[in-house]
Amino acid sequence: MQLNFSIPGNDMDLAGIASSTLKKKLQQIGVDNSIIKKTVIALYEAEINMVIHGGGGNITIDITPENIICILVDHGPGIADIGLAMQEGYSTATDAIREMGFGAGMGLPNIKRNSDEMEINSVPGKGTTVKIIEKLG
Amino acid sequence: MAREYFHSVTLDKTLCKGCTNCISKCPTEAIRVRDAKAMIITERCIDCGECIRKCPSHAKKAVSDPLDIIRNYDFKVAIPAPSLYGQFKNTPTDVILTALKKLGFDDVYEVASAAEIASQATADLIKKGNYPRPLISSSCPAVVRLIQVRFPSLIEHVIKLQTPMEIAARIVKKQLYPDKKNIGVFFISPCPAKITSVRSPLGNEQSAVDGVIAQKDIFPAMHRLIKTIDKPEKLSKASGTGIRWAHSDGESEAVRSPKSIAVDGIEHVIKVLEQIENEDFHHIDFIEAMACPGGCVGGTLTVENPYIARSRVKRLVASVPLKNNEEDINLNPGFDISWTKEIYSRPILKLSEDVSEALQMMDEIEKIDSMLPGLDCGSCGAPNCHSLAEDIVTGKAHKTDCIFILRDEIKKVAGQMAELEKRMPPARNFHKE
Repeated sequence: MQLNFSIPGNDMDLAGIASSTLKKKLQQIGVDNSIIKKTVIALYEAEINMVIHGGGGNITIDITPENIICILVDHGPGIADIGLAMQEGYSTATDAIREMGFGAGMGLPNIKRNSDEMEINSVPGKGTTVKIIEKLG
Repeated sequence: MAREYFHSVTLDKTLCKGCTNCISKCPTEAIRVRDAKAMIITERCIDCGECIRKCPSHAKKAVSDPLDIIRNYDFKVAIPAPSLYGQFKNTPTDVILTALKKLGFDDVYEVASAAEIASQATADLIKKGNYPRPLISSSCPAVVRLIQVRFPSLIEHVIKLQTPMEIAARIVKKQLYPDKKNIGVFFISPCPAKITSVRSPLGNEQSAVDGVIAQKDIFPAMHRLIKTIDKPEKLSKASGTGIRWAHSDGESEAVRSPKSIAVDGIEHVIKVLEQIENEDFHHIDFIEAMACPGGCVGGTLTVENPYIARSRVKRLVASVPLKNNEEDINLNPGFDISWTKEIYSRPILKLSEDVSEALQMMDEIEKIDSMLPGLDCGSCGAPNCHSLAEDIVTGKAHKTDCIFILRDEIKKVAGQMAELEKRMPPARNFHKE
């Protein structure tokens, strides 16, 4: 099955909708709790990134008996140095976002830690695409 | 296991009007209206009491034990929850406890005293470190059961310590009266979730509590007795540390962890648990989570307005020492207060044992959901359109249970009838006769 979400940028009200919807679906499918846990953490992190940095975008999630594939596409400023962004503690978040408890610079590494496969492609000025794959069974 | 699904929350069918107030507020979507009466899906119910709070017809009830139950025992001890102290206006704790004892008990032991032990044990756990953060208190059984059914990945965060109620009952039986034969210990409860915990324990094979009496059931008799007491017995021994467990914030204050939060009200608890699953609360050590608004003083078996009761308890806490003089004796119960049995997830959402089949069913659910009006009106007897779609796909409901779909179907049939009405048998023409 496929789930689609259109996520507005800079709107923290809706941030987390894709991960919480996915969580319920995975519970209904009967996916192992440990897999649900890491999938939700990875997607939530990526979703928050998209709202804070990417100016919003689209999330497509495909669930098959073999795996869960989440693709997040934004048309934001892009990431100039992906290697740097993958380092823990690196952040470009504004103070307002940090005050809400986000923007500690743990985002991308945390996604990687919690996914079986992660791909990130970014073109400065064009946007960023993040692909998260979680294997079932 | 039939015992697994004992519930204190039940329905009085004669009072139920079949309205839909309760179904939309149930945090586990455990209620449906069928044949114009509410029906609780037992494996989903966590006995939080939300439906009792919402039912305008008072049809939802909690089955507690009548006071008469104590007659079955030779030696009877009441263990009142600290929330009891908030139920009576301008009444010293000794007077409240003396009145309680006069109902027919041989002694009274305060659960608040056991709460001091639990506070210390929790603080020790936090200090020791090396645990999944944040730790979640296990004192509210409705929250623990909510985690079992909706947040199974958080089970490892739940503190594996006996509740103050269980600790109190064990102190009475093991320490205070180890030689008494046929001793009965009775919890004076603010909530239905505790009743369920005695019948189907969490983290225990068997509860040490022999009966649970609702605070509201003995309130009138206690109220009358309180007026007659001139010389109360010195029964209150608990300190503010234990008494403050009666209200929200109290437990986390008693645990004294600077990195703790307290959340009350089941909807707020759900939001916090969602955030813990997202790893938003990694920097927090301890979470006190209470299903009832205001904490235990907001339980559905209490009498007083929870905010009045909370204010009274706070004043009481301010007037007694925070810790007991006999601190050392009190804080060492002399037995292990850890859980003796693990708790497991109760996956209520799972559609099928087979992943492919579950995925197929989910596609079907989404398809049906997109045809439903999305008003979540509850007229179909399900809490929202999406859960009706689930019920349809799992064979528990029919599409025409939705009044909008039913109306569309009627319109279609009516159109077909009007169409048919125009067609007359060729052998006869009524209009010309």
